[in-house]
Amino acid sequence: MRRPKLLYVPFWLTYVFLYLPIAVLVAMSFNSGESAYTFEGFSLKWYGVLAEDERIKDGLINTLIVATGATVIATVLGTMLAVGLARYSRSKILDAVSLMPAVLPDLVLALGLLVLYGTIQLTLGLYSVVLAHGLFAMAFVAAVVRTRLTGTDTSLEEASRDLGAGPVVTFMKVTLPQLMPGIVAGALLAFTLSLDEFVIAFFTIGNGEATLPIVIYSMIRFGVTPKINALAAILLLVSFTAVIAGQRLTKIGESRAQD
Amino acid sequence: MKSEVKTQPVSRSRGRRLGAFVFLSPGLTYLVVFMLVPLALVMSYTVFQRGRFGGVVYEFTTENFERLIDPLYLSVVGESLKIAAITTVLALLIGYPTAYLIAQLPPRWKTMALVAIVLPFWTSFIIRVYAWTILLSGPGLLNSALAKLGLGPFELLYNQGTIMAGLLYSYLPLMVLPLYAAIERLDPQLREASANLGASGFTTFRKVTLPLTVPGVLTGCMFVFVPSFGNFVVPDMLGGNKSIMVGNLIRNQFLSARDWPFGATLALALIAVLVLLLIAQAWAARRA
Amino acid sequence: MSRTRFTRRLPAAVAAAGLALAVAACGGESSSSDDTTVAAADQLKPNADLSKQTLQITVWEGYTPKELPQQAMEKLKIKDVQVQLHDTNEIAMTKLTAPGDSGIDVAFVSGQYAQALNEQGLLEPIHHELVPNLANLYPEATQLSYDKGNKYSVPYTWGTTGICYRSDLVKSAPTSWNDLLKPPAWADKKVTMLATERWLALPALKSLGYSINTDKDEELEKAKELLLAQKPHLLRYDDTGFGDRLLSGEAIMAEAWDGWCPTTDAKQNIKFVVPKEGSDLWVDTMVIMKSSKNKEAAHALINYILDPTIHSWAAENINYKVPNKAAMEQVKIAKGSLLNTTPAELLDGEAAIDLGQASTKYTRLSQDVTAS
Repeated sequence: MRRPKLLYVPFWLTYVFLYLPIAVLVAMSFNSGESAYTFEGFSLKWYGVLAEDERIKDGLINTLIVATGATVIATVLGTMLAVGLARYSRSKILDAVSLMPAVLPDLVLALGLLVLYGTIQLTLGLYSVVLAHGLFAMAFVAAVVRTRLTGTDTSLEEASRDLGAGPVVTFMKVTLPQLMPGIVAGALLAFTLSLDEFVIAFFTIGNGEATLPIVIYSMIRFGVTPKINALAAILLLVSFTAVIAGQRLTKIGESRAQD
Repeated sequence: MKSEVKTQPVSRSRGRRLGAFVFLSPGLTYLVVFMLVPLALVMSYTVFQRGRFGGVVYEFTTENFERLIDPLYLSVVGESLKIAAITTVLALLIGYPTAYLIAQLPPRWKTMALVAIVLPFWTSFIIRVYAWTILLSGPGLLNSALAKLGLGPFELLYNQGTIMAGLLYSYLPLMVLPLYAAIERLDPQLREASANLGASGFTTFRKVTLPLTVPGVLTGCMFVFVPSFGNFVVPDMLGGNKSIMVGNLIRNQFLSARDWPFGATLALALIAVLVLLLIAQAWAARRA
Repeated sequence: MSRTRFTRRLPAAVAAAGLALAVAACGGESSSSDDTTVAAADQLKPNADLSKQTLQITVWEGYTPKELPQQAMEKLKIKDVQVQLHDTNEIAMTKLTAPGDSGIDVAFVSGQYAQALNEQGLLEPIHHELVPNLANLYPEATQLSYDKGNKYSVPYTWGTTGICYRSDLVKSAPTSWNDLLKPPAWADKKVTMLATERWLALPALKSLGYSINTDKDEELEKAKELLLAQKPHLLRYDDTGFGDRLLSGEAIMAEAWDGWCPTTDAKQNIKFVVPKEGSDLWVDTMVIMKSSKNKEAAHALINYILDPTIHSWAAENINYKVPNKAAMEQVKIAKGSLLNTTPAELLDGEAAIDLGQASTKYTRLSQDVTAS
């Protein structure tokens, strides 16, 4: 197969472009000076400063609470929605509506929810973010589970129904076990998306609360220190490890399946 | 549907209706309450007046739409379209060759190359944008490097170019992935046949590869354009409040100017542009 | 960094027990044009059991000592004190005027915003008998134009707005707002401006010789033209990070609140000047929300903050002048500090007052300028 040499220019450009800012970011986290811009010497002190930051700790806890709550809502409702749409509905409109939270710009969802909460005079808090994240994460879970549903054999479900089982029994005993890998994948996606979601959380969070992305955003607004870089480096490490571990696991799973 | 129901035993059709109710109603209720009702509220706000400290005074006005077509605000919408469009084209220009090469790598390298594309995407969005301020700021790395060459310092931050760089950086993976999927699906025999018939590499690309990957191109473009057009975080952090996009305007109306009706009107304009584009995309995809 | 930045958020909110005060929840609808009117005062019990009350405070980041909640709980025996943060007055106003109970007992907002909140009937009058430390204030601080006699607000800090600059990087020291509005070539794209509504307009209004409280459309239009012409020469608009940008040299001149200008930083030569055209007198105040169910604790907290040893914290740690005579007399003033300004000098500045419906003109102005 021919690979024109010229194509390697944009190819490598892409990777340099994607990784250069990250590399600089991590390098500056080891700065001994006060500035996030000019490197003065090697030091780990900012990691120590970071460990003592109450705000970041609180932000992290809030983020985990929100992501867990949203994942529960999204997984239960999204799975049911996917099954309902695939097995009991042929409406294209319902299909489109169920995908809308994933397609609409986050800003539009965010201000819609802000207006809703304002209109019904709801006092905002963490739970208002949980409900909001549940909405957009549900669309992703439904999409993932539906992909899995189209791949499953419907004859078992039909047999179950022919034997007199109602839709709920059929779902619990036949459909659900088949869907499990899809549901787990959807739940993981929902959790990850919620962890990093900023715009909707920014609009719908209550006074005095902050998720980690909001904490980082406001820290940056008030000026930058290598502390933020240290935090960034740790977050990068965590997500890189998670993605690569996930990749390895699927690989092992695949090779086992081949044996 | 109806004719089908008749041919089925009565109990099955009742089961279907029960199933539809049990499985669809919770999710659909959630969608109605948290998405459709809010969107309807936002739409209705466009014809009302602002309250002094936020909120809405329910008196009819066309003032919000008059303000929207004020050249000042219309130009922000226009500039946002321009920024998002240029970002999308740039993403396509470097994303296509990248996806094309990845698709032809040996399997082992292919996985690695793909993971490397996705990896930055799974890290904090805010932090990825922040990385650019470090790279580009007055005393930052790029200026220090240029200074060693006896150049600069340049003011690299806080302009439209910086915003585009930030958007491109944030959403490039969303361009590469659908392109890769489209190129990967191509039957290599088609290209071989074309080459055997004497077509040059470029002709093969133009006549065979490109037309067959148009759906992937369209998907990638939408994936980059939509989040770029409505963005406010990137222009906020990299535009210094000086270069702004329609997303910043909307954010400001809701969170600092306390003018919900005008914010809702701007949001309506944003949605209208995106709906038009989706229709155009669907039309183009059908023709391709 | 001269400015300590921190925040403290105590463990998640405990459901407020609160005293069963006969507080009629007051909506945001009542309005009054007479600015001296205050809402009817509640009956407060001087000997109320504060250990049954909890407080939610909203304040700018780093504006009060981080030990304050802890100290207030220990010294005043208040059950729980929590601090929330707001970036700007506008954000605080959105919080405080939103429909429904904001849950906030004590808020820190600038004087004209306190005035606006009071006009909406959202503030509890200050019960002077519960705040004996009001006697520590400078006499001038009890006669501020937006609230003569401290009827509904207690001043916490005051100061003015001017130009904060790097004396080692400017070719000549700025003396006029025009140095900022029409920066010379050496300062091109090295200038930042405040973008928050009234302060964005201030340099232009003063440079044109207008009042900072003008509501005349033609004057605001002229100010807008000046600001639009300035825009291409700005580094950016910046309400929060200009101090850092001056320290790093990214910016060399900035429109700044005096307390935020890091003049005492040991490494860099940073100075502050009030331009010759004059400037404002801003006052950041403490107010008690009408909707608070913990008004005795709120008064106790304000009285505690007015204690000279506590109030001097702001002057010593964040370089803000406090309108507290007893506190200022305790403060050791560092070299380069701006704390030497006397109350009389400060009062040369024009105090910003609330403009009622006309204040939306300033909102519009700042939206128009940043959007173009």
